[in-house]
Amino acid sequence: MQTIDLATTPLRDVNAALQAQASRTNQTEWVIENPKGAHAIAVGLDAPIEVTVKGSTGYYCAGMNKQATVKVTGSAGPGVAENMMSGTVVIEGDASQYAGATGHGGLLVIKGNASSRCGISMKGIDIVVFGNIGHMSAFMAQSGNLVVLGDAGDALGDSLYEARLFVRGAVKSLGSDCIEKEMRPEHVEILRDLLERAGADAKPEEFKRYGSARKLYNFHVDHAGAY
Amino acid sequence: MCGIVGLFLKNQELQPKLGDLLTDMLITMTDRGPDSAGIAIYGNDGGKPKITVQSDDPETAFRGLDAALSDALGDTVGMRVIDTHAVLTLPEGTEPEARVFLAGKGIRVMGSGHAMEIFKEVGLPEQVAARFHLRQMAGSHGIGHTRMATESAVTTLGAHPFSTGADQCLVHNGSLSNHNQMRRELTQKGFAPETQNDTEVAACYISSRLAEGASLSEALEGTLQDLDGFFTFVVGTRNGFGVVRDPVACKPAVMAETEDYVAFGSEYRALANLPGIESARVWEPEPATVYFWER
Repeated sequence: MQTIDLATTPLRDVNAALQAQASRTNQTEWVIENPKGAHAIAVGLDAPIEVTVKGSTGYYCAGMNKQATVKVTGSAGPGVAENMMSGTVVIEGDASQYAGATGHGGLLVIKGNASSRCGISMKGIDIVVFGNIGHMSAFMAQSGNLVVLGDAGDALGDSLYEARLFVRGAVKSLGSDCIEKEMRPEHVEILRDLLERAGADAKPEEFKRYGSARKLYNFHVDHAGAY
Repeated sequence: MCGIVGLFLKNQELQPKLGDLLTDMLITMTDRGPDSAGIAIYGNDGGKPKITVQSDDPETAFRGLDAALSDALGDTVGMRVIDTHAVLTLPEGTEPEARVFLAGKGIRVMGSGHAMEIFKEVGLPEQVAARFHLRQMAGSHGIGHTRMATESAVTTLGAHPFSTGADQCLVHNGSLSNHNQMRRELTQKGFAPETQNDTEVAACYISSRLAEGASLSEALEGTLQDLDGFFTFVVGTRNGFGVVRDPVACKPAVMAETEDYVAFGSEYRALANLPGIESARVWEPEPATVYFWER
């Protein structure tokens, strides 16, 4: 196991060392100490390594992640796992705004609450939040799954495309073109798998599914004259 | 951008360290606001009213100022000069007269009150803190700001905190879009801002509401209805400390509370070295929600 102390090692050196790991590296376990809210910790990784950040992080932790597993033992600042491509990011505490924004793939698990704009413009990432999420979450979300064990804030799924939203608690309000949808067996299976992979103690049957009404983004032949 | 830090001490034993703790927090927020920095500190409540003043030519402006002001007011005025600022201790009830005298001399008033002193200047936070010896200052609570100017020029008067009422101050991260309209309305009510800065309008708004009898909590609630734009505000009063964020809440904010203190930072970095932070309750203040503490 490699241990790096951010109190004594410059952040660029830490990220350069992590980014230099090849896909067949045998240095697979890394620990970063003393993050103290620093920005951009463990960004741009592209190897099947496991990085544990001991403490809380600032902006953009684990951004653009590929393959790697990044765990944060504290809370994460804005934009955690932004534009993640694959791999797994786990936050033991809370996440600030726009967690998992624009993510293309991989799994983001937030064991506390996520604040506003969680999963904004998500493009295939799966996000599981054990607590609540803030307003404008999944705004213009295109694909992937957002699972919330707690409550959702205002304007959930506004201008939604084809992402699936599963919420167990209350939804304060739905955004434009977002509606509650029937939970079919295939959705229960998707949800069961995600809850299991995230280690979440919840039953798929307890959730409601929300999705796009497809009135906002679809071309509608009756409106052809307007174009 | 802009960075905000605030510390409200619950444990009196920490009071001698307030300046030291706030200075570290302020310097951590340098890259959010390298233009100017300022701090409002509540302490040294000696029972007499104080005015903090500023001059770009302190040597000339402050030479003999205490004697001249004592003559004008017919009673003894105390003066403590710190770099470009001076804290004048006035006889009770003489503040309006003193303000007229100071205006005649072209000396700027930064703020006044029984507990609050304000120090702000253009420059990197580390330099500003060193010039005013912020580390040595003691007190019960304080608010600091590092500025990246958007709405008005980089000047001493454009730096935060803004004080528009006795022992009241406000710092702001964001930008207001209805400040011109609000400036006209406040001017009609007798709370005219002195600068073109949007944040000063918010400070005047809160002062006007407090003067009308609103509580700090009600005044902060009012910002959500009456001010348009982006804001995270942190305000201080003689015995209180409040926080409010606009409903969109895109300006960052983190808070921490222990048995010893309540702390605010634009980012967790600002709080990371506070004593006992490992076991503190750390949370992000909710949008459109007022938080305040009073002793």
